[in-house]
Amino acid sequence: MYLSQMSGRNTVFSVSGYFEFNLFNLRNLRTKIKVLIMSNTTQLLRFITAGSVDDGKSTLIGRLLHDSKSIFEDQFSAISKTSEKRGMAAVDLSLLTDGLQAEREQGITIDVAYRYFATPRRKFIIGDTPGHEQYTRNMVTAASTANLVVILIDARKGVLVQTRRHTYLASLVGVPHVVLAVNKMDMVDYSQARFDEIVAEYKAFAAQLNLHDVTCIPLSALNGDMVVDRGDNLGWYQGPALLELLETVAIDHDVNTSDFRFPVQWVCRPQTEEHHDFRGFMGRIEAGEVSVGDEITVLPSGRTTRIKEIVTYDGKLQTAFAPQSVTLTLEDEIDISRGDMFVRSDAPPNVAKEFEAMLCWLAEAPLDKNRKYLVKHTTRTAKCLFSRLDYRVDVNTLEHRGSDQLNMNDIARVALKTQQPLVFDSYATDRATGSFIVIDEASNNTVAAGMII
Amino acid sequence: MSELLIEARPTNRIIPAPAGTAQRQETGNERESMTVHHFTHLDALESESIHIMREVAAECKNPALLFSGGKDSIVMLRLAEKAFRPCKFPFPLVHIDTEHNFPEVIATRDKLAADLGERLIVRSLEDSIARGTIIIKDKSKPRNPYQSVTLLETIAEFGFDACMGGARRDEEKARAKERIFSFRDEFGQWDPKNQRPELWDIYNTRVHAGENIRVFPISNWTEMDIWQYIAREQLHIPEIYYAHEREVIRRGGSVIPVSHLVQPKPGEKVEVLSVRFRTVGDMTCTAPVESTAHNVEEIIAETASTRITERGATRMDDQTSDASMELRKKEGYF
Repeated sequence: MYLSQMSGRNTVFSVSGYFEFNLFNLRNLRTKIKVLIMSNTTQLLRFITAGSVDDGKSTLIGRLLHDSKSIFEDQFSAISKTSEKRGMAAVDLSLLTDGLQAEREQGITIDVAYRYFATPRRKFIIGDTPGHEQYTRNMVTAASTANLVVILIDARKGVLVQTRRHTYLASLVGVPHVVLAVNKMDMVDYSQARFDEIVAEYKAFAAQLNLHDVTCIPLSALNGDMVVDRGDNLGWYQGPALLELLETVAIDHDVNTSDFRFPVQWVCRPQTEEHHDFRGFMGRIEAGEVSVGDEITVLPSGRTTRIKEIVTYDGKLQTAFAPQSVTLTLEDEIDISRGDMFVRSDAPPNVAKEFEAMLCWLAEAPLDKNRKYLVKHTTRTAKCLFSRLDYRVDVNTLEHRGSDQLNMNDIARVALKTQQPLVFDSYATDRATGSFIVIDEASNNTVAAGMII
Repeated sequence: MSELLIEARPTNRIIPAPAGTAQRQETGNERESMTVHHFTHLDALESESIHIMREVAAECKNPALLFSGGKDSIVMLRLAEKAFRPCKFPFPLVHIDTEHNFPEVIATRDKLAADLGERLIVRSLEDSIARGTIIIKDKSKPRNPYQSVTLLETIAEFGFDACMGGARRDEEKARAKERIFSFRDEFGQWDPKNQRPELWDIYNTRVHAGENIRVFPISNWTEMDIWQYIAREQLHIPEIYYAHEREVIRRGGSVIPVSHLVQPKPGEKVEVLSVRFRTVGDMTCTAPVESTAHNVEEIIAETASTRITERGATRMDDQTSDASMELRKKEGYF
């Protein structure tokens, strides 16, 4: 009975997350059992690394990839050759992330590079950000999609100005999990006292910020202690090694599961014989869940109706949840188009033409307060203007500074007015419905990223 | 359905996890009810790709989906079905044919487009050669460098403002730095040092007339994800992806398939090996790997244990220099 209900999907049973049995051809109930090497039920974790070359960031990423056997032979031989050409004694693992010709020629990193690796427990996407110029812009960009940030410091130097900056940016963008990786422990004789001292200082600073999950790990990327393997030198440390933490940190609760939010992306009207009256609203559930029969409100119009069906290519569902992409049909015919949002009637978001936000300016041309820009928020794009610029934040000291100008890499608190109402939550409540980008209509460039307060 | 799942749930630690389904479980405590959502990495990647395709459909005036009949573009087709059914695709399928393709791949291309009832536009490099916009000295040499010319001519012919392609960031180091929505100027050029910032999943799709956006909905997929998805979705792919006996010659460290375009030179020996293709492109520069994998599960097993990257093993044109792909992308390649 159960099998016949599964309508042809390959059902995956996972046993303790390591092995699984794939049941094929369920449509005909001809069941074959297969064992796959990689689990199909692994989760995806996106993380970024923050720190400069001096802190050993590239070495750490190299170590993570190398020790988890994620570097391929042809990649390794290519970087070995380059290292040799440059007269280096050892293979420079940082070369793995230099993708562009100019980067290789000049030995610098220009842009965020994405790298992929997997263990039997999880798939990982690393956003590797360059550690010098345009740091704020690059880190904010990479952090916007990350579940976790690894902030790297040198055990000899301890908490520096840049550590505070990285931590502030992580809290600004609301990265749910922060790992302080205290690297180069080999250079301080693997001293527990030194580690404890750094942790105490860091935690005192982090307490001022909105960070909920901070883990501190002593490690040596150079020797491989506490990265993938625990090593023999840090016996006094009882917590997880870095990879172990990356594999086990709970990410299920990183999305808001209580309030249903569904921005309408596209309206599907096939107008065929078979689907004559079908009118489906396509989009991705950005928060919460929804079931057939639930009452929902369409914003900004405020009309209410009930969910008739949840349609997917793989059949109809009873319940769907974030971040699934689905098609919803409704009990009543209501005028709905792209940019509208379906929400749970008893937990509505804000609907307004004016709001305040933290803004990160990304463009070389500074903000021109006399001009109108476009704001793209969920699936809605509207004209906007900046009605007030409250203060800029000094990312090194966290001090507020008065200013009427915004340049690249500046972070500021601003007030905006939009031509049409936006349907939003605060960024702290919901990343997806609290974030927006600003577009310059003349150049079509993305000039700023905003987080609604 | 959730009740059924629990009813059928085997004892002890075995949890049924059909992709993307919700399941309510009683925790034993009468007052507490816990909702368990099974959402695998493939579900996460799939939902992200669907979201990207729908953004293209909603915001771009005249998009197209580049479709070659290779495994990545076959995955793209399934994602498009998931994104738009029961509607028709709001864009045509477009193939830029080098006329150097494997016949099995072209057959699959035509069959899939016909089965789906979607419009397929094919433009050939031969058309550009006839027009004189591509000048080729040696017909047997790889044609990938010239594909950009015909692609740009096709974009101009139909006025496409967005082209979706099945490129992945794990394929190549220049691609690892490219945005999901990658802006191209009116010459089709990619400017890697001046890319638009891309935050959260709010995509900037705006272009002026004559400019173009290349969109890569499966940017975040890896080769392994593609194979796992092919297995999960039971997708039909060209036979040459599975192990088969083929006449090959060894040339410059690579194994090259013998075809009407590639014949042994004097002194070269033709061997018959059991091989499969990890990528399928221009016949003159796509090398197979030795393999005995006859089905998707065996390919997944081989992929898990391989020590060479996909393009490193199979694409001779990417190995010409460290920056081959970057240079081609700057000229308008996808």
